[in-house]
Amino acid sequence: MTHTTTEMEQVIEPAETPMIEIRGLTKSFGTFQALKSIDLTIAKGTVFGFVGPNGAGKSTTMSILATLMAPSSGYAKVDGFDVTEYPAEVRKRIGYMPDFFGVYDQFKTLEYMHFYGASYGIPKQEREQLIPQLLELVNLSDKKEAYVDTLSRGMKQRLCLARCLVHDPDLLILDEPASGLDPRARIEMREILRELKAMGKTIIISSHILPELAEMVDEIGVIEHGQMIAKGNVADIQNRMRVKRILSIRLIDRAEEAEHWLREQPFVNRVLRDERGIHVHYSGHDEEQANLLQQMIGAGYKLISFSEGQTNLEDIFLEITKGGEAIS
Amino acid sequence: MRNEGLAGRGSGNWRSRLINPVLDKEFRLRMRTARSMWTMFAYLFAIGLMALCAIYLTQELGSSSASFNPERSRILFYFLSFAQLGLITFMAPGLTAGVISGEREKQTLNLLLTTQQSSTTIILSKLVSSLGFMVLIVVSTIPVYSMVFLYGGISPSQLFQVFIYYFFMMIMLGSLGILFSTLFKRTMISVIVTYGVTLFIYVGTLLIFYVALSVTGNAANNAVNPAVYNWIGHILAWNPGVALYTILDPSAAGQIYEIYNRGQQASQKPVFQLWHEFMIIYALISAGALWLSIVKLRPRLKRRNK
Ligand SMILES: Nc1ncnc2c1ncn2[C@@H]1O[C@H](COP(=O)(O)OP(=O)(O)O)[C@@H](O)[C@H]1O
Ligand SMILES: [Mg+2]
Repeated sequence: MTHTTTEMEQVIEPAETPMIEIRGLTKSFGTFQALKSIDLTIAKGTVFGFVGPNGAGKSTTMSILATLMAPSSGYAKVDGFDVTEYPAEVRKRIGYMPDFFGVYDQFKTLEYMHFYGASYGIPKQEREQLIPQLLELVNLSDKKEAYVDTLSRGMKQRLCLARCLVHDPDLLILDEPASGLDPRARIEMREILRELKAMGKTIIISSHILPELAEMVDEIGVIEHGQMIAKGNVADIQNRMRVKRILSIRLIDRAEEAEHWLREQPFVNRVLRDERGIHVHYSGHDEEQANLLQQMIGAGYKLISFSEGQTNLEDIFLEITKGGEAIS
Repeated sequence: MRNEGLAGRGSGNWRSRLINPVLDKEFRLRMRTARSMWTMFAYLFAIGLMALCAIYLTQELGSSSASFNPERSRILFYFLSFAQLGLITFMAPGLTAGVISGEREKQTLNLLLTTQQSSTTIILSKLVSSLGFMVLIVVSTIPVYSMVFLYGGISPSQLFQVFIYYFFMMIMLGSLGILFSTLFKRTMISVIVTYGVTLFIYVGTLLIFYVALSVTGNAANNAVNPAVYNWIGHILAWNPGVALYTILDPSAAGQIYEIYNRGQQASQKPVFQLWHEFMIIYALISAGALWLSIVKLRPRLKRRNK
């Protein structure tokens, strides 16, 4: 057993194996295509934010990486090991935290950790040292003897994270680890992830809320309807978007007409209309924006408001996902 | 560091091999629930009550004042044995039909499946832990049997055989429970299907036997020839109740295999006992059920066309 493991590592692992390599990955549930040809490469040591609205396919991708689901076509490799060919090797290397998980209520925190430690084949003496350290890392040291079902949601979330770390995996697959947490618990979670990043772990972390991730990830990938519609490092995506503003315009009437009129104007990239008004993705600067307002009034439109929205990551995200067309 | 750990583990620590983490967890968690205690209590209460009723009834029927009556004690033993079979039949599916689907419903299964524990370890540990609990319960009923011994008429080897049979029934029904628990997402459905199949094994096989008997029945009437071997008897080897009866009364098997001559003496000793045949059949079925559970526990990852 031990022999084959080390041999395989030596044979398959050249210097620059990416931690995650996904090519043409698709997954169908019956006739429904949850993933439509995903390509993704994540280098070792990267913290990758996986963003997309609910139902986009984040959890599906992550379950495939965690060897819990077979892809319909394409492949996914973790540290060079195909998840369908060498699931045992992949499991050794990953710590997986599902979006929804349960705990064994009748266990105490320590027992819970020991159970998973033992399940990963870690000898008892080693666990005795390791587990207190892990509980310290996730701030659960004072809950060692507490029954797991008495822990709060945030604590369970952190316990599950400690559980992921028990076999010292190189890759952490965290599916919405901050969902359902109150702001304080979220900050705690973020701090822990920072420490893990400092420890050199590769982390793939998903969220349907972008700002939640923005400060701590190196790269983001945006997924929608089973397709990667944008990816790159955070700074790049922010730069590309920096000149853009989102103008929100409300009119008394003739909204549809105004929508078409706006599309003809310079610096206007995209125009969206909803019940709250017209949203213009605008790449002009202040000068041009002032001209646009003037011309709009000149053209006889009755404006209630003409305001410039903030361009933060959230807006970029909305822009990317609303348009549904790839930008990279 | 990890490799050292693995090497250390490989150096033959029998305890860690015998008690794997999943088994350890199952035992701990099972014994911590109040339900287990109540199951045990209810079981012992039921079997004790039935034993008392049986003693009372046989006392009433046997008007003779003699307290030493082997015939009466045999009836008591039969009664207890079937009562115990009934209780095991109710208990085994209940204890096993939720072991996998329950973890799935509590959303702990995915975490377990991403550990290094093999599917075989997980399935067999689930089986062994529920067996352990059932054995504990059934062994705790042995004092009730001591009442029978007080009256005499039963050989210890027969008692031993009956307990072997119980153990087998637990494995058999437990394997089915685990199989359905693996195949069905919901515990409710798994429990219903397991009890349904159990009912079929008890009642369905009898019905099939009688149908087969009546279909070929005409032949029996004009059969004046002496006892002949008939295949229809083998249908009864699928029935646990009949199997238990042939343990209690070994001569019954001969009559069953020579079905046309019931009431007469069997012409010769049966080639082998019906309960042996029963065990072979269901050992294969149990092994198949466990194998299928192991295969189906984790999703099939490898694609054939590569
Ligand atoms: N087991 C399944 N059976 C059928 N459809 C599924 C299954 N799992 C996920 N889906 C569908 O696949 C899509 C992607 O789901 P998911 O990966 O969970 O999205 P996300 O995690 O991004 O919210 C959704 O439309 C969901 O309904
Ligand atoms: Mg999800």
